[in-house]
Amino acid sequence: MELAYALVIGALTASGVYLMLRARTFPVVMGLTLLSYGVNLFLFSSGRLATGGQPIIGSTADYADPLPQALVLTAIVIGFAMTAFVVVLALRNQADNDDDHVDGRRPAPSPDEDNEEDKGR
Amino acid sequence: MNHWLTAPILIPLLGGILQIFIGYAPLSLRRTLAMTTTVLLLAASVVLLILASDGSYRVYAFGNWEPPFGIVLVLDRLSALMVLMTAILAFFCHLYSMNKADESSRQFHALFLFELMGLNIAFLTGDLFNLFVAFEVLLIASYGLMMQGHGTERTIPSLHYVVLNLAGSALFLISVGMLYSVTGTLNMADLAAKIPQVSAEDLPMVQAGGLMLLVVFGLKAAVLPLSFWLPKAYGNATAPVAALFAVMTKVGFYAIVRVFTLVFGAQAGALAGLGLDWLFPMALATLAMGVIGAVGARSLRTLITWQVIISVGTLLAAVALGTEAGTSAALFYMLNTTWVVGGLFLVVDLVSGQRGSASDKIVTAPRMYNRTLLSVLFLLGAVAAVGLPPLSGFFAKVLILQATTPGVEMAWLWGTLIIGSFFTLVAYSRAGSIVFWRNVDGHVEKPGKLTLSLGVAAGGLIAMAIIIVLLAGPISAYVDATAAQLFDTGAYLEILDTTAVKGGA
Repeated sequence: MELAYALVIGALTASGVYLMLRARTFPVVMGLTLLSYGVNLFLFSSGRLATGGQPIIGSTADYADPLPQALVLTAIVIGFAMTAFVVVLALRNQADNDDDHVDGRRPAPSPDEDNEEDKGR
Repeated sequence: MNHWLTAPILIPLLGGILQIFIGYAPLSLRRTLAMTTTVLLLAASVVLLILASDGSYRVYAFGNWEPPFGIVLVLDRLSALMVLMTAILAFFCHLYSMNKADESSRQFHALFLFELMGLNIAFLTGDLFNLFVAFEVLLIASYGLMMQGHGTERTIPSLHYVVLNLAGSALFLISVGMLYSVTGTLNMADLAAKIPQVSAEDLPMVQAGGLMLLVVFGLKAAVLPLSFWLPKAYGNATAPVAALFAVMTKVGFYAIVRVFTLVFGAQAGALAGLGLDWLFPMALATLAMGVIGAVGARSLRTLITWQVIISVGTLLAAVALGTEAGTSAALFYMLNTTWVVGGLFLVVDLVSGQRGSASDKIVTAPRMYNRTLLSVLFLLGAVAAVGLPPLSGFFAKVLILQATTPGVEMAWLWGTLIIGSFFTLVAYSRAGSIVFWRNVDGHVEKPGKLTLSLGVAAGGLIAMAIIIVLLAGPISAYVDATAAQLFDTGAYLEILDTTAVKGGA
């Protein structure tokens, strides 16, 4: 179970980071969402994984730590609010700049200068 | 249990909720109530400072769940100092915003008060996860504040700021999870007690978690590789908001001081002084980059935003010395720089309002109506920010220089700080002489009016530089005691002396 769990967290985080480095706001928002899923799962696992345990010490041999569950709940709520805000901000960007590039506009104003710059790179 | 501890959180919370419900009330009523809230907050923070100045720790346990099981607020000298510093800055910023800035949105005062609430939770909390929550509260309020004002130029900087901070929050949660998985606690005092007992095989986990915390706090404080978001974000916010944000980088600074002296302090065994080796060169590089940015600034606004980064570099370099004297000097410098930089943002806004289309660009423009007053305020602010005698910046920088002990660190710190101050001086003199002296005749047609409240708000913050000098004795005694209290981590751990921990009697 631990291995599968770790792989899921790793895959979510890696995809999240990759998407966050994209140049458009939609993939960035998706990336942030995936990253927060990965983080929430990670936080949940910090209390150790246990199946069928009760969150009370002494009730069963194998108990589940209730604190990370509370932390994850808080993190989910906060992450949800923040994602909603980013979506609104991305829409505002789209409306203001007629483009969903993260820098407002794609960097391609005058063709001559740009081509020279590209060759320079 | 001392219920005063909740006052700096409850006052802005209730005031902010009230502002939401009266969003359609006349502006004058909303302004009066908002100002009342800020004044009450200021009074409460003075009470807290008096309470804290006896040097003991006061604990407020929510729901009477004793630490380390419940969430606690802890008041010590450092928390009280931060809360008071924020309240004074907020008072003047709020006064300034009552002129025009709060007309653009009905929610301005609510957001402003929630921002103060988030800041105060961050300063008072004794729990790492609650610190995360406080960061989120103050960040979401700051996102809203940053979008205040007309025009579209704020969208992109805000988007960058929000995305960066969300990534930072994710890192914060990961590091919290790592620390919890090993120590089983997030109460700061309990963490400090548990970390020396961590077994050797779990040590890398705690170390990684601790260093990731440093990255998160570094992002908030705008340390070098994580500071490029700051100039655009602050440069585009409206003036009172930018001035209030002068304290936002200090939240990161506070978190670094709190966590890395208490949890990873001298008593932390194998992890003592974690991160300080990294912090020192990073802080000096931040300072150097801030100076380069200031020299290259084309507008007054940008110049001041780079001054924020210079202050962060100076503060963290002094803290990274890891000594009591260094921390004490940093706290003294922090008071000076937060108020003065906030004041400079306001002065620059007044200046740009009277220069028509030239705004705050460092170019020749028609003469300002209130040139004498504004130039004197700018001069005082610049002198205090650069650190020339006789204003407070000079004494703060001398204290920082004196805090070093001869060695390699001293050479680097003295070199960077003194050369950096010189070039900052060049940047301010160049900007000031072009903006205030190289004028064309005549005035712009519709200058921004300099009302009494605007002048008092901007002048008040700049005047703090003089007040700090006049009260230098008591203030430096207080910050010395604060640093001594910070480094005496054993006393902080006594808040765990509860019946629940001792096994019940």
